[in-house]
Amino acid sequence: MEATIATNTNANNWGGGNQKPLGASYGKMMMWFFILSDALTFSGFLAAYGLMRFKFIDSWPIADEVFTHFPFLHDVHAPMYYVALMTFILIFSSVTMVLAVDAGHQMNKAKVTFYMFLTIIGGAIFLGSQAWEWKNFIHGSYGAIKLNDGKIIQFVDAEGHQVTLESFAKEIPSERTQHIKSKGVWFVEEAALPAITVNEVIEGFKEHPELTIRTEQLNTEIKKKTIIPREKAMDYLNESNKVVMGANLKENEYGKTLFADFFFFITGFHGFHVFSGVVINIIIFFNVIIGTYERRGHYEMVEKVGLYWHFVDLVWVFVFTFFYLV
Amino acid sequence: MAHAQEHTSHTKLIWKVFGILSLITIVEVILGIIKPDSLHLTHFLGTSILNIIFLLLTLLKAYYITWFFMHMADEKKNLRRAVVWTAFFLIAYLSTLLLLEGSYIHDVLGPLTKWNY
Repeated sequence: MEATIATNTNANNWGGGNQKPLGASYGKMMMWFFILSDALTFSGFLAAYGLMRFKFIDSWPIADEVFTHFPFLHDVHAPMYYVALMTFILIFSSVTMVLAVDAGHQMNKAKVTFYMFLTIIGGAIFLGSQAWEWKNFIHGSYGAIKLNDGKIIQFVDAEGHQVTLESFAKEIPSERTQHIKSKGVWFVEEAALPAITVNEVIEGFKEHPELTIRTEQLNTEIKKKTIIPREKAMDYLNESNKVVMGANLKENEYGKTLFADFFFFITGFHGFHVFSGVVINIIIFFNVIIGTYERRGHYEMVEKVGLYWHFVDLVWVFVFTFFYLV
Repeated sequence: MAHAQEHTSHTKLIWKVFGILSLITIVEVILGIIKPDSLHLTHFLGTSILNIIFLLLTLLKAYYITWFFMHMADEKKNLRRAVVWTAFFLIAYLSTLLLLEGSYIHDVLGPLTKWNY
């Protein structure tokens, strides 16, 4: 009869018994399997990104040309630096997290509190950095022309460097105002008018003989965008549809709209993970302060949120590679 | 405090792993900024040698994070395999199929895209 009676119940074990499958506590193992499933979700997204990238392998935007901003450095071409900084922030907050776990093993409440605090700060800085990155991407850097068939045309100078539309567009006074409901038929309205019209861009282009255009198409020999000689440029510009500034889910001045869609979705999904990680860290941080885990006799909860936090860092390592490096 | 004696501090190891991760990231960023032609403009396994290097360095970083930050090294072998092998094989399978399919779509649709007007 002895075997049927659970004599020593333990809330950390499966079903409160004495068996620990795979030598892990219930909570830790479930965290591992949650992380496994979340990892598969992220790989689904990244693999879909890969599918689309291989589909448009000869016209995908070049990341180095898209993410070129750095705080307080204006008009400086700084590819990679900012995202490298973000990577370091996240790796460092991972380090403070693992130091908190380590301090938890030694039942050192003061150290756990301190390192958890640093981890939360690191997560918050990362989220702010990501918001800034999004802001730059949404506002754009140079502006471009979208053709009737949806292709993006960018403007370059004689050296092949991109130039902003503002720098050459001719100012043509226009009577055209935005059509809003109060000014016309009540059920018809239109989006805000762009600051620069297609006509202004084309007239400005004609007056600047040093300029020419480039298409999204990559020259696979040198892995650069194809520059069209100026004589042929007007054939393209006659197809102009609208001016595109920055990127959103519908259009993207850097090229393929799909690039923007995947960027917003995947970094957004990751950012949401960071956000929820910060929230969970804050909850655990206060639990540490009020001594919950001191009374419980172990800091396993810190380990479990630590696993989640490291996972967020792990995902960023892959996002960094696939969006910025390859 | 039997608990405290069980676990010696791993602070030294943690900082060492941080150093390794930082070093790998710095190498990646330098390669990403310079993009040396001898690596970038090559063809190897369907992509460039540079991309393969990036991929390997990324997997190395993932290994260090999982093993030493998430303490996978201390888990039982079976738990480790249940998590790592499942992820590894499913992801390898999915990405292989999708990337092959993507190249195929490109081969079929690419020539139909008009680039001159």
